[in-house]
Amino acid sequence: MDSLFSPLWLSIQLATITTVLLLAIATPIAWWLAQSESRWKPLIQTIVAMPIVLPPTVMGFYLLILLGPAGALGSWWVDLTGSALTFSFAGLVIASCIYSLPFAVQPLSVAFESLGRTKLEAAWTLGASRTDAFFTVAVPLSLRGYLGAVVLSFAHTLGEFGVVLMVGGNIPGETRVVSIAIYDQVESLNYAAAHQLSALLLIVAFGALLAMFFVNRRWRR
Amino acid sequence: MNDPAMIQVRYKLQRDDFALDVDVGLPMQGITGVFGASGAGKTTLLRCIAGLESAAESRLIVAGDAWEDSNSGVSRSVQARNVGYVFQEPRLFDHLTVRSNIEYGRKRREQNGTASFDRVIDLLGLESLLSRSPAELSGGEAQRVAIARALLCAPRFVLMDEPLASLDQARRDEILPFLDRLHAESSIPIVYVSHNIEEVCRLCDHLIVIEGGRVVANGELQDVLVRTDVAAVGGDHAGSVIEGTVAGHDDNDDLTELKFSGGTLWVPGETVAIGAPLRLRIRAADVSLCRARPDDTTILNVLPAVIDSIEPAAGPSTLIRLVIGDERIVARVTRRSIRELDLKAGDDLFAQIKSVAVRSCRESDAEVLADRI
Repeated sequence: MDSLFSPLWLSIQLATITTVLLLAIATPIAWWLAQSESRWKPLIQTIVAMPIVLPPTVMGFYLLILLGPAGALGSWWVDLTGSALTFSFAGLVIASCIYSLPFAVQPLSVAFESLGRTKLEAAWTLGASRTDAFFTVAVPLSLRGYLGAVVLSFAHTLGEFGVVLMVGGNIPGETRVVSIAIYDQVESLNYAAAHQLSALLLIVAFGALLAMFFVNRRWRR
Repeated sequence: MNDPAMIQVRYKLQRDDFALDVDVGLPMQGITGVFGASGAGKTTLLRCIAGLESAAESRLIVAGDAWEDSNSGVSRSVQARNVGYVFQEPRLFDHLTVRSNIEYGRKRREQNGTASFDRVIDLLGLESLLSRSPAELSGGEAQRVAIARALLCAPRFVLMDEPLASLDQARRDEILPFLDRLHAESSIPIVYVSHNIEEVCRLCDHLIVIEGGRVVANGELQDVLVRTDVAAVGGDHAGSVIEGTVAGHDDNDDLTELKFSGGTLWVPGETVAIGAPLRLRIRAADVSLCRARPDDTTILNVLPAVIDSIEPAAGPSTLIRLVIGDERIVARVTRRSIRELDLKAGDDLFAQIKSVAVRSCRESDAEVLADRI
């Protein structure tokens, strides 16, 4: 039983860490996208959205090269820590952050855009610095965007398969997340175990989305 | 130029569809109206002063302090300008209570003790709303909260950008008495943008008229309103404002007697104490002229007047500026009447004033109401 559910626990850890990191990464990107009138904006939007349309194996392949001991990021990591990024939990976290980035950026930039400048201008005239106004006005008024970003990044990371397989492989306790474990169980015709894990994921995903839509409705007033 | 009692404003900018070119001094006391049609550049001017908009050429000197000068590169940030700004919409922060909204600016600016929290709350009648959420407020209440918020951020002066424009007439009538009180009791200078002449006549002491991005008139309210050559104040809404003192009430006829330098005026009964100052607006269309004093007219107010000037005009009617005592009023008269009565500057005659509008009680109304006879 323990070994059956340990991939689930690993997935939850991965999704949690990824979601937290993504909120920090996606916030400035989404803010910039919502405010900027730069001509480079479509380019940045495209890059951020790429993981939505790219086959996970393609993403995984390039990430494998990037994170591998010979890759730009991978070799730097080896110099820093002495161990490789590929086939490690740290590598999975980086890959997940890139893979789930659009799912965090999208709801946030929608929220920031609909907020507009009006309330921020009011805060500035009241003496709030730009940073102060961002944290005391923009963020609290964009909570729905943050809720969407959290739920979507978490759920999306929880369910990723192709990228994990390419970058992380299937090392128990290290990179063997729940989606890989389900695939393994099916491969070895162990349908009962596959059922248990799949049903659990189904319930978690359904519950998370349902909760999000319920809260959204309450906040809409 | 470095007058301690002035805000010197110089802005020149060019946008796609409009240009602003303004060089004007605003007094740092009372309420200064910035009046003009929509699109004349009033809001842009206000946003420049607040630091929310930048201009190619700029100079802003507040009581001798340079806040902005494009020549020397000085430009204080919005945050460092110490102005309160009331927008057309309240722009309250929905996640905070009314109290926290009002305290937002108060907490962020060093207070110099000019406006105390309790006094402003009392002045704007907000006591019972403090613990509410902005979503629970009516439009008028929300705008009152926004005004309190702006007054309490330790401003050198407050900019109000058509604060009543987004409200219906009932809501406006609800807020105007609060603005009257503010005018009477607060020492914070206010720059009040409006395209509503009645609001301007009721609230302002000083008036600047903007047309097509330029200042076309600037001076004391009464002086600007009788500028018959300024189109913005000379159209269908032309009128003048006089200030007098309440001399008595006739309760039988429900009329109030008002004394001013040109004589006595009877106005519809007002709940104002004897001796209190009262401001009247007299519309040019409500003033007619006669050579001899009429003794069989239904009009109560007939006053001796001297023609100051007659504005040349091409239409059927034109404006005549009259002197009554120390006050000036304008009358709208047809060109035919001017010809037939042979009216010219310097003539002595009688002005019949059919009705007066927009009264503004400039004393604390609580006391005044108690003294009602």
